Amino acid sequence: MDALTNISTLHYLVVGAALFLLGVIGVLTRRNVVIVLMSIELILNAVNLNLVAFSRYWQGLHGPTALHGQVFAIFVITDAAAEAAVGLGILIAFFRNKETVNVDEVNLLKW
Amino acid sequence: MGWLVDYITSYLKTTDKTPGAAGNIFWAFVYIVAVFLGLSVAVIAMNWLERKILAHMQVRLGPMRVGPHGLLQPIADALKLLLKEDIMPAEADGFVFWMAPLIVVLAAFTVFVVVPFGPTHAITDMNIGILFMLGVSSLSVLGIVTAGWASNSHYPMMGALRSSAQMISYEVAMGLAVVSVILMTSLNDTGTGTLSMIGIVQAQFAQHTWFVFKFFPLGLVAFFIFAVAMVAETNRAPFDLPEAESELTAGFHTEYSGFRWSLFFLAEYSAMIAVSSIAVTLWLGGWLRPFPNLLNGPTWDLVFSLFPGVTFLFFAAICFYNTARMPKHPLFKIQTIGLAGFGAVLGLIGLILFVPPVRDRVGDIFWFCSKVAAFMYLYIWYRGTFPRYRFDQLMKVGWKVLLPISLAVLVLTAIAGFVEAPFKEWLHQVL
Amino acid sequence: MNPVATPFFFYGLAAIMIIGGVLVITRKNAVHSALALISTLLAQAGLYLMLYAPFVAGVQIILYAGGIMVLFLFVIMLINIDRSMKERQFNKQWLIGIVAAALLGGLFISVYTKGKSLFPDGRVTFVESGNTQAIASLLYDPHTGMYMFAFEIASLLLLVAIIGAVVMAKKRI
Repeated sequence: MDALTNISTLHYLVVGAALFLLGVIGVLTRRNVVIVLMSIELILNAVNLNLVAFSRYWQGLHGPTALHGQVFAIFVITDAAAEAAVGLGILIAFFRNKETVNVDEVNLLKW
Repeated sequence: MGWLVDYITSYLKTTDKTPGAAGNIFWAFVYIVAVFLGLSVAVIAMNWLERKILAHMQVRLGPMRVGPHGLLQPIADALKLLLKEDIMPAEADGFVFWMAPLIVVLAAFTVFVVVPFGPTHAITDMNIGILFMLGVSSLSVLGIVTAGWASNSHYPMMGALRSSAQMISYEVAMGLAVVSVILMTSLNDTGTGTLSMIGIVQAQFAQHTWFVFKFFPLGLVAFFIFAVAMVAETNRAPFDLPEAESELTAGFHTEYSGFRWSLFFLAEYSAMIAVSSIAVTLWLGGWLRPFPNLLNGPTWDLVFSLFPGVTFLFFAAICFYNTARMPKHPLFKIQTIGLAGFGAVLGLIGLILFVPPVRDRVGDIFWFCSKVAAFMYLYIWYRGTFPRYRFDQLMKVGWKVLLPISLAVLVLTAIAGFVEAPFKEWLHQVL
Repeated sequence: MNPVATPFFFYGLAAIMIIGGVLVITRKNAVHSALALISTLLAQAGLYLMLYAPFVAGVQIILYAGGIMVLFLFVIMLINIDRSMKERQFNKQWLIGIVAAALLGGLFISVYTKGKSLFPDGRVTFVESGNTQAIASLLYDPHTGMYMFAFEIASLLLLVAIIGAVVMAKKRI
């Protein structure tokens, strides 16, 4: 019981892993491109949670200004914004051509 | 029970921390309730003030029937809105339709957690105060977009898309203007700035100048950019094309009636007060009275601490003057008595504000609220004076005019902050 | 100043995140998925606050919930995919996808149970102050900052992304 009420780094890692799994399932099983992109955002958020949890752990070991994980998390958020913008741009360009938002209908190059 | 009384009085003994920073949940809750009630009273007062001031600007009288000089009109409006039928369009998405005003109201009210009414009169003082305010106020865009979509109708959809495009465009200019102020807070001994709202006002006190006058004209231009962007951010005139009645039949809140519409209305006025308090805190010195460093000393403190009481007595005098001007007809007896009673209440508040223990504590809150009230008057003045911007003109101003100017102000402020110390040394040597 | 209600907040926020994640991947309506993702992101900002990372929480709210999700909602509404709500939602290889995710989950469980002793619950004991200042010193300070190059690369990346998105979404290049 003490392991459940004493919130340690491992608790955050487990939540991050669960979110990562949900994101992976979303990417692998959904047909709608927008929902696939949102699942990718879930994956990136899970990674961010891991980074910030480890940053807290590292801060406990190496002093109050050792916030490398948080800096990395900020870069990941920036990166996610750029990727979402470009991904949605591609989606709009493709939707204009094919009138569909399903991933498995993007099969012009299929043999 | 002793520990409860100790818990409550322990905060009263600490004098330099907000309840959130001191970890005192009871007083944080008291402050939250006080801010919420104050905000509700302010929104009701804004409703009446807007109608009366707009009317007087347009050489007419405004509401005069409901109470003396229409003072009870907002209460009548609130009653009507509460009792109106709650219509939901067919084919509208029920859950999202219900959630949208909730998101907007939550975003508009949560912002007030960090607004400082005094050096310790804030609910809490976050390390990231201004970042939190900008972030949470950008969540209201989500509420507007979902409101327009959930109505399942053309006008709200177009209104929502236009309104949210406008809001996110002007958020960029707002953010850059704020960053140039944050640069100015770092011109102290340690060279470290701060994002906390209380820290920004204390930096203005330490640098002996309101940031609107700092590095003239850079502070003024940044303030001007923020003042324009905040009007566009809250969808008010002259940037109210998405919700103007003659353009898009009330835009994204067309399909909302009764209580849900009043939530949007409440959120709009709260957002106005929130961005005005950002502007007041960042540029106009927050809770500082005029000339806190130049005219310091006990006598000047006493003179400036008389202002709250004098203001309320002035309002009471206006009420009594208008009571004397009321028509002497028996049908007006209740209104005359009501107005005299209202004047008596204002006079009583003014007299209470002269009592020394109250006088010393209420000064910060008074100066902050009067500066925000000046901004509210400016909002109403803009609505009565300026014609509406067309949407493409609006977007052009947001992206092609305000954004380059704010970037230039940011770069120039950085350069000015960098050369300030060597420049002062050089001046000392020359003179 | 030991926080008292920490497990309560942690489990509540974690539950909101997981339920939001499940709703994201299972809803037919893309707007409902977007709203669920917004709730997940806001709960995650709460978890960042619990991990004493207020700046990252502020950046999460202002960028992720207030920027990226607005972008998603805009695109969903512009594309107007009512027709896609009536089609089949899950693709043909959903079973293999779930098996792969289950294997990955098994990997996570084995790693975390074997490595549980690596993370003692060290309660940090110093006073919290100046989180933003500490991050800024890691980014910008000439003596202690080591991420300046990454910062510049990130700004270049954002510039490329802006140009790319504008070019992709234009009607005629």
